[in-house]
Amino acid sequence: MTARIKNFPGVSLSEKDFEEGKILFVHDELKADYAWDTGIGIGAYLAGLKRGVILGVRCGHCRKIVVPPRTVCEWCFHPMDEYVPVKDTGMVNTFSLCYVTWDVKRITEPEIPAVIALDGASALSETSVIMGGIMHKLGEVEPKQVKIGTRVQAVWKPESEREGAITDILYFKPI
Amino acid sequence: MNERVAIVGVGWSGFRPRTPEVSYKELIYEAAVRAYANAGVDPRADVESFVTVAEDFIEGTSIFDEYTPDQLGAALKPVHTITGDGLHGLATAYMLIRSGYCDVVAVEGHSKASNILTHPNIVAYAQDPVLNRPLRLNTHFVAGMEMHRYLFETDTTQEQCALVAVKNRRNALKNPLASYAADLTLEDVLNGAPLAWPLGVRETAEHSDGAVVMVLASEKKAELLAEKPVWIRGIGWCNGSPSLESREWGSVPYLQQAAQMAYQQAGIRNPWNEIDFAEIDDTYAYKELQAMESLGLCDAGQAGALVEEGATEMDGELPVNSSGGSLGVGYMLEATGLMRALEAVLQLRGEAGQHQIEDAGIGLVQSWRGVPTTSGAVAVLSN
Repeated sequence: MTARIKNFPGVSLSEKDFEEGKILFVHDELKADYAWDTGIGIGAYLAGLKRGVILGVRCGHCRKIVVPPRTVCEWCFHPMDEYVPVKDTGMVNTFSLCYVTWDVKRITEPEIPAVIALDGASALSETSVIMGGIMHKLGEVEPKQVKIGTRVQAVWKPESEREGAITDILYFKPI
Repeated sequence: MNERVAIVGVGWSGFRPRTPEVSYKELIYEAAVRAYANAGVDPRADVESFVTVAEDFIEGTSIFDEYTPDQLGAALKPVHTITGDGLHGLATAYMLIRSGYCDVVAVEGHSKASNILTHPNIVAYAQDPVLNRPLRLNTHFVAGMEMHRYLFETDTTQEQCALVAVKNRRNALKNPLASYAADLTLEDVLNGAPLAWPLGVRETAEHSDGAVVMVLASEKKAELLAEKPVWIRGIGWCNGSPSLESREWGSVPYLQQAAQMAYQQAGIRNPWNEIDFAEIDDTYAYKELQAMESLGLCDAGQAGALVEEGATEMDGELPVNSSGGSLGVGYMLEATGLMRALEAVLQLRGEAGQHQIEDAGIGLVQSWRGVPTTSGAVAVLSN
């Protein structure tokens, strides 16, 4: 309330008013299922992950090696089909400490999303800080110890459990 | 200001019921490469702005405009996505050039309908959530009710509607891009299963995957880029009442308005005499007849007879849906308007092959966003 008004006029709503049907509303939920064709570029990437290999693709025109691979170079619009394995080690480009989960629960031990510039993938340009790499999570690390530039390596699922998905890598850990 | 705007390049990919070998990005890329090669432009150097059409629920990705630049060569360039039909995209690109803001603009539309596993549910989410959705009706019911009222008010017959499906699927036999070409009899169509009576399954377009990209240019650029520019002479769009309770059921006034807007720009006074061919909405067979009347090609209730007489056949007085339309080519979600415009461009260039119409000089293109919408977009193109 304010200094001049002790009580606002009217009756406030309560959860009970909704439960008892005094307040009318309509509830509905979405049934939206999709099956995205992964295609040539991302399909090759996922097949690589299943084999424990991170694939990039080399642009024959501007000579970048791009991860994840795709069929067209975003920068020069030339087609790309020269798939090359890159290392599963690299450097943290940027990261965050997330104290709220995917389904909005507060947690005390943060999740650590990170973009990792993989060894063997190219920097966009000499002046750019953006690099071809992989968007994943970090693990086996004290959150406070992570720095931009920390060297990390992929921790893979056991081969028998891999299914050709980005989650075939469990997380990246410092080396 | 640029007085005139032309389509100077077209490209397409897919046009098949399923395209499991490529992602939607790769499907779009293939169409884009074709369009840029066709126009003789480099998207990184020459195209100044990009317009795409897509709907988040259809794509399964929120804020889908983030997913369009790379495969179009549009990264770090002005890009925006419209939740509308391809013709709305074409209109936007037209305005970008007409206003003098750009000289070369690309437009993209695509369908990966095969990737949507619960499409009827997605379409049902276009129904009003409070008033209509709780009735739990398959959204085709809107077409059934509209067709019924249209037949009632105009004395058009179910047979006349079914003839549209016969004609369009037969036209599709000559179009190598068409997925649903068939040589059917009137009885074949009428004997199909009912969908939302009086509407039958065989009068309803099936989905196709595909992408269409077009490059538009101002007159001074078009002269440099294209041997056979196709001019956008007029383009209009309009929406009616969204309310199922209070909309007009027998006619589609929003389409009349959209057509008037396009005709006024193009200086068309007598559409039947001035237009050489039309690529218009046939998502459901009766829609083609209703559209012909609303587009002023004939009076209300006259379209059925024209189809019976063969006036809208490939060799008729005014061929309608020489491509095969959505019934013959396949329904391509937001790309539908561009699919129709693509046919018009090929016709006006004389590049339509086996389904080429003789002396095609002015083409009419019209699109609708499907049930339960009341949206109409119309373009007049010429060579």
